[in-house]
Amino acid sequence: MMMNHTLKSQYKVIPGTVITGKWHTQKYTIVKELGFGANGVVYLAKHNESFAALKMSDNGLSITSEVNVLKSFAKVQGSASLGPSLLDVDDWQTSRGLISFYVMEYIQGPDLLSFLQQKGQAWMPVLFLQLLNDLDKLHNNGWVFGDLKPENLIVGGPPPKIRCIDVGGTTMQGRAIKEFTEFYDRGYWGLGSRRAESSYDLFAVAMIMINSAYPKRFNKTTGGITQLRGAIRERPELRPYEAVIVKALQGHYTSANQMRAELLNCLSDHPGKSRINANTFKTQKTAQGQKNPHPMTRRHYRKSKKKRGWMEFFTIAMVAAVLYSLYIFLKL
Amino acid sequence: MYTGKIRQILLITDGCSNQGEDPIAIAALAKEQGITVNVIGVMEHDVIDEKGMTEIEGIALSGGGVSQIVYAKQLSQTVQMVTRKAMNQTIQGVVNRELQQILGRSQTMEDLPPEKRGEVMEVVDELGETVDLEVLILVDTSASMKHKLETVKEALLDLSLSLTARTGNNHFSVFVFPGKKNNVEKLLDWTPKLQSLTSIFSQLSTGGITPTGPALKAALSSFDQKRSLRSLLSDDDESYFEESV
Repeated sequence: MMMNHTLKSQYKVIPGTVITGKWHTQKYTIVKELGFGANGVVYLAKHNESFAALKMSDNGLSITSEVNVLKSFAKVQGSASLGPSLLDVDDWQTSRGLISFYVMEYIQGPDLLSFLQQKGQAWMPVLFLQLLNDLDKLHNNGWVFGDLKPENLIVGGPPPKIRCIDVGGTTMQGRAIKEFTEFYDRGYWGLGSRRAESSYDLFAVAMIMINSAYPKRFNKTTGGITQLRGAIRERPELRPYEAVIVKALQGHYTSANQMRAELLNCLSDHPGKSRINANTFKTQKTAQGQKNPHPMTRRHYRKSKKKRGWMEFFTIAMVAAVLYSLYIFLKL
Repeated sequence: MYTGKIRQILLITDGCSNQGEDPIAIAALAKEQGITVNVIGVMEHDVIDEKGMTEIEGIALSGGGVSQIVYAKQLSQTVQMVTRKAMNQTIQGVVNRELQQILGRSQTMEDLPPEKRGEVMEVVDELGETVDLEVLILVDTSASMKHKLETVKEALLDLSLSLTARTGNNHFSVFVFPGKKNNVEKLLDWTPKLQSLTSIFSQLSTGGITPTGPALKAALSSFDQKRSLRSLLSDDDESYFEESV
């Protein structure tokens, strides 16, 4: 029997290659590489004039395992957002042997951190409320996402909607987490085990919130809650959420819904406070950035438009927040 | 559920052996006894030379395991990934043989249509979670490894964190080579907890030679002793995954 003896021998496919499935004989034309990880490479592929994402790996086990997860998501009602929808599973016969692949919906958009950088921090609570909502569904169905990180979160739309794309780390509750990334792993920070529990994902959510204020992340020094709390307090944009983030880091939330409710609370509790924070943040930037109200000064030609965009965007964010709280209120 | 045991040697080194038996031959011997040999090559700024690389790959290949070359700072993630991947390979081997028995032909998981593979995978997953695991960690402490040992310690503690999250039992043992007096020295006898490493590891001294072959051989006999000791203490007949890939 053939087995892989190294982890590094990923198969690279040149754009234009046509991949034909051994079992279902569907044809996919590779357009470009979208990304790669420990478990394989994801390509953008064209199939019957529409785009799809195709993941292949020389490790058939991980492909089968991920397909299992996606299939089980599909059975959950109203779960369109839990992961990309699965379109096909097959093998591809190459000169080097059989390569397993699966085809899924192509979710287009920037990853979470790029989106926040482009559109501003005010989107942060909105997207995290969406994410917690999805995680709650996922947890209620017996899964834990595992490898939750900004690179695995894409903001699709419009309207902007956060989507999880890589289910490689998704683990059944109670088992050992299959795959993780150190910065978002509570075991690495000395704040818990690697057993798949909903609080494991919520820790990662809290770390992503911190990450949004530290785009380059930071290294572990002392580790533990002291270092992380210090990091939160150093960033004014994280202050309003400090209580929620710290609680999630310490594993005090038993469900994503609970964390979501408290996040929503700290938005509505101190609307004045957080607005003042936002304003001071803005004026500082204005003083430095030559009267440009937008913190990102890359696109000079759209300065005036951006100003209006900002106002518009704040109104929309406020309206969205009000609607959300209304929605929650009615749900209760 | 299957009550077998998975036995692995994890060799962490940064170069080529220069004393004693051929490590590749010893690795093949290990495989014959149902013990998988995995190798992690640790680099710093320097690159491992061609010869060292060939040996690392050779040991893993003949030991039926996984090899990976990494920079010291990625060691933690790699150690747990390699261990898990090797464990899955062993389980897959066992499941494939079961399949062959059931289906009567030389069928493996790859011969099943993708729709049917899912169920088999669930069995593999289940086994990976519940099977008992014995990992003997063999650390190269030749002079060039000196400044990497702190990272190795961190990586091993991290490995223990990952593995103890499973339902199945874990047993670890740690050997270093070269030892103070002999080619190889036992640092930690079989134990479910790796945490006790913290104090011992800082007192390690590093030596000049790299007797990878003899070290592997000593590691092998440690598995034997463990088995015979067990059979004396209790008469529960243990079954091992016999690797005959």
